[in-house]
Amino acid sequence: MLPEELKNKLTEILPSAIFEEGANASSGWLTVNIEPTELLAFAGKLRNDPSLHFNYLFCLTCIDWKTHLTMVYHFDSTEFRHVLVVKAKLDRTKPEIESVSDIWRTAEFHEREVYEMFGVNFLNHPDLRLLILPDGWEGKNPMRKDFEDAVNMIKL
Amino acid sequence: MSEQPNKPEFPGEVHDLPGGGVVLSKIDDLINWARSNSLWPLTFATSCCGIEMMSTASAKYDFSRFGFEVARATPRQADVIIIAGTIVNKMAPVLKRLYDQMGDPKYVIAMGACAISGGPFFYNTYSVVKGADHVIPVDVYVAGCPPRPEALLHALISLQEKIKMGMTREQIKEKD
Repeated sequence: MLPEELKNKLTEILPSAIFEEGANASSGWLTVNIEPTELLAFAGKLRNDPSLHFNYLFCLTCIDWKTHLTMVYHFDSTEFRHVLVVKAKLDRTKPEIESVSDIWRTAEFHEREVYEMFGVNFLNHPDLRLLILPDGWEGKNPMRKDFEDAVNMIKL
Repeated sequence: MSEQPNKPEFPGEVHDLPGGGVVLSKIDDLINWARSNSLWPLTFATSCCGIEMMSTASAKYDFSRFGFEVARATPRQADVIIIAGTIVNKMAPVLKRLYDQMGDPKYVIAMGACAISGGPFFYNTYSVVKGADHVIPVDVYVAGCPPRPEALLHALISLQEKIKMGMTREQIKEKD
């Protein structure tokens, strides 16, 4: 599906979706901003709608903007080869969002990584615990911009 | 070491006698000479320096020419560990364990900026060890990010010279 067609289709599914234009959409991929509460229903439609069929979640990550966190999801359709980027703004003091691991199994690992690095709480995740960090790192979130570690870190 | 021209780099003197010859040497020198010319490295690479190390092992540079015959995949059979890459806090105990598993005598080369000091990851990181010598003692340091194969070859040959001198790391430090 071409970006314009995709845009119309997505507006149909989720009228409140805000598309990034110009400099913001610098990745070249169609990028859409949604509310975190809308994610689960929206994601289900992305995967199951026969004309969209986003069956491949190829990147799931988070960005710390100091004022807020942004969850970023990259979807691809192996059938139609169209790509969509979905972003959701989270409250930095209490970041919470629904897990999409029921829809894309790969999200289970990616969400565990975002959980340990940024401290995002994924609701209804089957096994939310540290992925790469060793024991004792619970709640420390080293990828947060304000992370301090007096022992291991040398500040520039 | 023999100073005579066109003679192999052999520790000792050759006395020609009618009907043959006699070699005079010291057993320590002989052992060091043998050791330095058969140093098998451990297959150990944690970053992009590993690619340069593989290049140094392959046909174009070929460190086998100098006695680094084959890279061994077990520390039990290795004489030298080339730390080719970044050591993170999680990797440090593994590196220590590999070093402990190597049989004596064993030698260590810190290849590249990461293994020397943490390199580009010195500041503002929670996970990188600021120099592999915080974990195990190092014999030779190679600068570079990553070092070229020629630099690694030079380091390997420097290590051989160090072994031929017959002193331990500690003795060399005291001498300086």
